[in-house]
Amino acid sequence: MDILDYAFMQRALIAAALVGITAPAIGTYLVQRRQALMGDGLGHVAMTGVALGFVLQTSPVWMATLVAVVGAVGMELIRARGRTSGDVALAMLFYGGLASGVMIINLGGGQTASLLGSMFGSITTVATEDVTAMAILAAFVLAVAIGLRRQLFAVCQDEEFARVTGLPVRALNLLIAVTAAVTVTVAMRIVGLLLVSAMLVIPVAAAQRLTRSFATTLGLAMAISVTVSLTGTAATYYINVPSGATIVLLAIGVFMVLTALSAPLARRRAKAALAVEEVCTRDDVKV
Amino acid sequence: MQSPPRPADDRPVISLRGAKASLGSRPVLRGIDLTVQRGEVVALLGANGSGKSTAVRAVVGQVPLTDGSLSLFGTDFKRFRDWSRIGYVPQRTTAAGGVPATVREVVSSGRLARSRFGLLRKADKEAIEHALALVGMDAHADVSVDALSGGQHQRVLIARALAVEPELLIMDEPMAGVDLANQEVLASALRAQVAAGSTVLLVLHELGPLEPLIDRAVVLRDGCVVHDGPPPEAVGQHALPGHDHVHPHAAHDAEPLRTGLLS
Repeated sequence: MDILDYAFMQRALIAAALVGITAPAIGTYLVQRRQALMGDGLGHVAMTGVALGFVLQTSPVWMATLVAVVGAVGMELIRARGRTSGDVALAMLFYGGLASGVMIINLGGGQTASLLGSMFGSITTVATEDVTAMAILAAFVLAVAIGLRRQLFAVCQDEEFARVTGLPVRALNLLIAVTAAVTVTVAMRIVGLLLVSAMLVIPVAAAQRLTRSFATTLGLAMAISVTVSLTGTAATYYINVPSGATIVLLAIGVFMVLTALSAPLARRRAKAALAVEEVCTRDDVKV
Repeated sequence: MQSPPRPADDRPVISLRGAKASLGSRPVLRGIDLTVQRGEVVALLGANGSGKSTAVRAVVGQVPLTDGSLSLFGTDFKRFRDWSRIGYVPQRTTAAGGVPATVREVVSSGRLARSRFGLLRKADKEAIEHALALVGMDAHADVSVDALSGGQHQRVLIARALAVEPELLIMDEPMAGVDLANQEVLASALRAQVAAGSTVLLVLHELGPLEPLIDRAVVLRDGCVVHDGPPPEAVGQHALPGHDHVHPHAAHDAEPLRTGLLS
């Protein structure tokens, strides 16, 4: 395994594992409440943070986290108001974030091209301090997504019911938004800000071709995601391809394979369900 | 499983006084009084758009009152925190989640009213299984809710409320879009709750199989209470014994022909 001899590859693989675990962990909740594209918007907003980090010579990961968290809180406030104009407000936020990033980096003496690594992911950009930052952020994401799974499930499944159980729904919604923002910046180095949403959504979509419960969907999505992240990152060592695109295309491949597999599975389940029904009917008649 | 009744307390379980509420700029409740005493089963009736759904949503704090007052279990709503005493069945949402979930997972959410951020204990798991059995969904506990019929789905939402082990059940159109067989299951589950001393407030389109359980009916029209007393007598075709009232309830704005029940 000469691939592990290089320090940059070690860092890249650790980062890929962190991305793989965290993205679907919070992505499952976003998909559950049909906010699949929230990650995409946050990725756009985070560009401003990357540019600020570049210009101010500070860590782009932390700056991107800060800006994305602010953007996520804004998005949640817009969503909670449920205005019809919400869509337009979100568009302003997303593209304002992207445009500001480009503007800031050019005013700060850089070039738009220096944002490319952050946009599409590049394993060579993973610095040692990035790995540390990513590990801390990933720990936060997992603590929220796994530790509060029952509460977050209830909030995403039926918000009105959750409020009547007395859960602090507004705080939990903000927490989901902030956690999604943090996940976006964890994934920034490996899959890139423009592709990050794919990792929040596609492994979840792939997993639910086979699953019936929320818990297994969450677990299987994380397993799929870690597998494609590590495979995709390792592939970039052997063939000269960018990590983000490789990982996302692999995830889509897994989705298509599982979709093909799910049709016979669904048929078998339907047959089993029908058999159960027949038995019940006969019992009913006897009674 | 039912929590023991609290020591004698003659304060009303629900007290809504002069309640006004609007959706957007349209006034939906125009000053209604609604009192529910301990152990009562009260049906809120009225045509579509009469404000009955808004009234129950106001009772659980989901619609802000622009005027008037609300107290639950004798506590002013602003200071009310005792959510584990309430089991709420919202109107069945058409939009299921984007991720599959099993019947048991959905019913388990009800326990959050008691466990909040704590772990699920043995008593919680027992309450969940008991609630599943009460609505006859125990055999389907590991089935995805997406695979259920409308009536079964409604049973799941009621089980979720029953898992709270509440003293007060509040249900918004529990019978809407539910076939007669499922209505009977729901009625028997409700009968058991009432026998155990639960207080119930429910929105109904018509009394149906629940009729024998109802102590009092409150009829709303245009956001005002027009009747508060014994359930209105069914007239015409509905009064015939064995009348199966089956008509589509799926579309709420597609008002079926008004029957004589409420007029």
